[in-house]
Amino acid sequence: MVVHFKFSALKQGRPYEYVVRFALGGLATVVAGLVADGAGPEAGGLMLAFPAIFCASATLIEKHERERKEKNGLRGQRRGKAAAALDAAGAGWGSLGLACFALFIWWQGRALQPALCLAAASLVWFAVAVLMWRLRRELHSPPTLCRDL
Amino acid sequence: MDYALRFLIGGLVVSLFAVIGDMLRPKSFAGLFGAAPSVALATLGLAFSKHGGNYVAIEGRSMILGSIALAAYSFVVCQLLIRAEWSALKATLAALAIWLVAAIGLKQFLIG
Repeated sequence: MVVHFKFSALKQGRPYEYVVRFALGGLATVVAGLVADGAGPEAGGLMLAFPAIFCASATLIEKHERERKEKNGLRGQRRGKAAAALDAAGAGWGSLGLACFALFIWWQGRALQPALCLAAASLVWFAVAVLMWRLRRELHSPPTLCRDL
Repeated sequence: MDYALRFLIGGLVVSLFAVIGDMLRPKSFAGLFGAAPSVALATLGLAFSKHGGNYVAIEGRSMILGSIALAAYSFVVCQLLIRAEWSALKATLAALAIWLVAAIGLKQFLIG
């Protein structure tokens, strides 16, 4: 399947869902700063890979998928969990991209200009994450329940 | 003021990545954005201007360990959803304990 944008997916979201994610993202960034200020950059760095909005995102994915099925008169509970699990699996593979982002920052943080360093590290993250996604697809086909998600 | 700015920038960057993840298909690809460096971009951008490159490099080293903990967290969430059939909220909240133990344990073991 070709990667594409489905803009109509935004209509499923409700305003409060965006507010919750904004607040959780802001809170996670503040906590990361507090930990770094209080316990040093060694501890603060850990927080940069904290699954800050994962709870909210997975819950919303489960809810949207369940509602979509129930609208068609089907029981969507299992389908909702499968969609959230697929998202979690993607995050698991994507975490290698995040580790490579961090490795690049560790390697080049002292040498490069800040904006260039962050932009290059982001490119590294994206390239590795896409590579992991393709590798995962090559290694195994998804279970029937998830195939057309 | 510093923390208010952090909150605003963090919220904006995280929301941007979340919206991109919402729109992308297939969902297995969108899942990659669940491990996007959104909090890291906001935090490191501010850390560069406030503390400089040395400080940022140290944070980067610890972030590698946090990423390994995130991989363990994602695996456990997946298992709790599919095998134990927990709800997404229960699974993602319970697995936070795994992230904390893995991240702090790795840091203590490898960095001290």
